[in-house]
Amino acid sequence: MTILSIILVGLGGSIGALLRFSFSEKWNSGSFPTGTLAVNWFGSFFLGALIGAGFSGHPFLFAGTGMAGALTTFSTMQLEGITLYKRIERKRFLLYQFISYTGGIALAWAGMWAGRLFH
Amino acid sequence: MIYIFIAVAGFIGAVLRYITGEVLFRPDTIFPFATLFINIVGSFLLSWLTFHTLPMSAQLKKAIGTGVLGSFTTFSTLSAETVSLLEREFYAVAFLYISLSFAGGTIAASAGSKAGPGKGGEV
Repeated sequence: MTILSIILVGLGGSIGALLRFSFSEKWNSGSFPTGTLAVNWFGSFFLGALIGAGFSGHPFLFAGTGMAGALTTFSTMQLEGITLYKRIERKRFLLYQFISYTGGIALAWAGMWAGRLFH
Repeated sequence: MIYIFIAVAGFIGAVLRYITGEVLFRPDTIFPFATLFINIVGSFLLSWLTFHTLPMSAQLKKAIGTGVLGSFTTFSTLSAETVSLLEREFYAVAFLYISLSFAGGTIAASAGSKAGPGKGGEV
């Protein structure tokens, strides 16, 4: 862990957070958090692709740990989940969690395979 | 102005995650403890921040919530770590990891919405 690696993670994190913020402002509706789902899915594919393509070191810290890490979010997903739960929308809560996990894992897998083509 | 807040906050959140991961990471363990720990703590804090009335502007609250805690926790790493476990055929560990993330994150977010004084903020 060096100053450079911390700065690279931070800069990637800024970009990821700004993208996530823009998407959630546009796409999250009161009834379903489509924006968060979209960034979590896309970010999982993107991180998988970076790993598959063999990114490591400083480029990975910037694009993977920083950007993909901050583009996606777990805390917001959980907050949205319990908000649906509190509004007694149990089915929607379960659906949201289920498609987030299954879609995210499947897309990370697809990303790794896609990335390996360029390795 | 909010974009500058979010950018700075995203920087802080990602760096905190990186440092926490470096400190907690043990190369000899299979289970991704660091991500699980970060995600559960972050879920509690975001929920606590959201559901409580605090002496700060709405913009600052959004910057800390969406920016710092949103970037501190991560979903892509969780997905990629699960795939890595599955590819190495640690199926039970992968299942345990997802189960603990789901249950832990939900309990943490629920506890955060109820814990401590000053409750009453709205989502």
